[in-house]
Amino acid sequence: MRFDKDLVAASATPLVLGILAEGESYGYAILKRVTELSGGRMQWTDGMLYPLLHRLERLGLVVATWGTSEAGRRRKHYALTAAGRDALAERQEQWSVVADVLQQVWRSAQQAAQAPARPAVAEGWA
Amino acid sequence: MAGQEERVEPAGGHGRLETQIDQWRSYVQRHRAISPADVDEMEDHLRGRVADLTATGLDDDEAFLVAVRRMGNLDAVSREFAREHSERLWKQLVLVPDEPSEGSAPAWRELAVVLALAVGAGIAVKVALAAFDTDSVLLRNVPLMTAPFLAGYFVWKRRVSWRVVAALLVPYALLAVVLNVYPYVENGSTVVLAAVHAPVVLWALVGVVYVGGRWRAQDPRMDFARFTGELVVYVTLLAIGGGVLLGLTAATLSLVGVDIEPAMESWIMPFAVPGAVVVGAWLVEAKQDVVENIAPVLTRVFTPLTTVMLLVTLVVLLGAGGLADVERELLILMDAILLLVLCLLLYSVSARDSLARPGWFDGLQLVLVAAALAVDAVALTAMLTRIAEFGFSPNKVAALGLNLLLLVHLARSGLLLLGFLRERRPFGALVRWQTRFLPVYAVWAAFVVVAFGPVFGFA
Repeated sequence: MRFDKDLVAASATPLVLGILAEGESYGYAILKRVTELSGGRMQWTDGMLYPLLHRLERLGLVVATWGTSEAGRRRKHYALTAAGRDALAERQEQWSVVADVLQQVWRSAQQAAQAPARPAVAEGWA
Repeated sequence: MAGQEERVEPAGGHGRLETQIDQWRSYVQRHRAISPADVDEMEDHLRGRVADLTATGLDDDEAFLVAVRRMGNLDAVSREFAREHSERLWKQLVLVPDEPSEGSAPAWRELAVVLALAVGAGIAVKVALAAFDTDSVLLRNVPLMTAPFLAGYFVWKRRVSWRVVAALLVPYALLAVVLNVYPYVENGSTVVLAAVHAPVVLWALVGVVYVGGRWRAQDPRMDFARFTGELVVYVTLLAIGGGVLLGLTAATLSLVGVDIEPAMESWIMPFAVPGAVVVGAWLVEAKQDVVENIAPVLTRVFTPLTTVMLLVTLVVLLGAGGLADVERELLILMDAILLLVLCLLLYSVSARDSLARPGWFDGLQLVLVAAALAVDAVALTAMLTRIAEFGFSPNKVAALGLNLLLLVHLARSGLLLLGFLRERRPFGALVRWQTRFLPVYAVWAAFVVVAFGPVFGFA
């Protein structure tokens, strides 16, 4: 499924923070977790994850440390900071409001599509 | 999840994959906004993706292609990095890197050597100040005191052989003896001429150390010319910075009635000036392959302006119908103008791609050289008639000699430039002419120092 660029950008930060809230991780593992959680429906451009992680690091929401992978290569691990946890909580609240509003509006839109048209409402807005 | 990555081994049956990853790495590294550490991080990612894809049955080639494609458009990724790290788009000069590169001396050791030499030069000058009381003795000896420390830096840096150093000590000692043993008349002109020309000889000796003793080769000679131009720029910048700092300090201290003038003369200047030269040399060495040369940029800016200035001067000189006040100042002025034109030519030559075809800038340079020669011809005719009338003095001969050297240098440069513009000669001929002629100035300077005293009776 193709997602709108802005939607990916908006959802990426809470998603990454949420995955890191599960525990320390690194770039590729984060991406795999995104694919796993979305059942493969959400796929980011891999390279774009890194500038995002760096921004979160600059904002102090995550800390990065260099470690080694199982194959003995340099690997950068990211962990959530206290500020990151707060930011995540805040984003969570915002997103649940958005999700809730969207749910409601879609439900009423569905009902409206099923019920006969009501021109009175249109007049009220005019 | 992560365990699957163990399948990617550096050796064995994945040699082709390793080459592909290496090529990919060097391609990614070309994006300046992506730092080497970022490339490491992305490579780890790429390998993880390749390992997972091969585990699903793809072969190495297919897995690599898919993984690279999934990484996305690198230009877009690089733009994102640039938005996050705008400082990376500006080249930064890292003088003392956190992680020293293998094979070279640790950066802090170089810094220690440089600072020790800078302080050493300061102490030597300070000792000279204390030992010699008259100005002219001081003027003669301060460059003599500074040069060994600057040369010492290059001896250390280039691991110059002791044979070269020993061979250079002979002319250095001769110069020191001549400058201090000749029975100069105090405040005479020969002593001033000797003091002014000695730094040129010393600079040539430093140049021999700079090129590691290979003074006959042409390319290292041009490197030394480039180094000289950059050093002038960096020392000027250091001097401006130091001047601002001293001005602020002096202004602040004067509020409480403390005058730093005495400290300035006896302590700050003797250490700051030679120190700036040594530190400037270190900066130029450190930035050599990191930051673009600035001298050629300045020549690009000033070549058109100087051409206009010279053409206007020429018209005014010709219109005036003869020079009213022909003095030796005129000759010195002409020397300065020719020297400026020569530097403009030399530094744009030093940065130009020898294989590029003639362009409008080369034409402009020819106009510049021709205008300078024309202005000099007007001044020189007036001067020669004057000398024929009133005879020679040491100053006039020295200025005239330099003028002739510059004239020869520029005239032949102009001819070679014309040949290049008409596609009769390669640009390399012009470059070789520059480097071949440079030592002539040192020889002339040595001649002035050694011979002018006896010839003109040390007057």
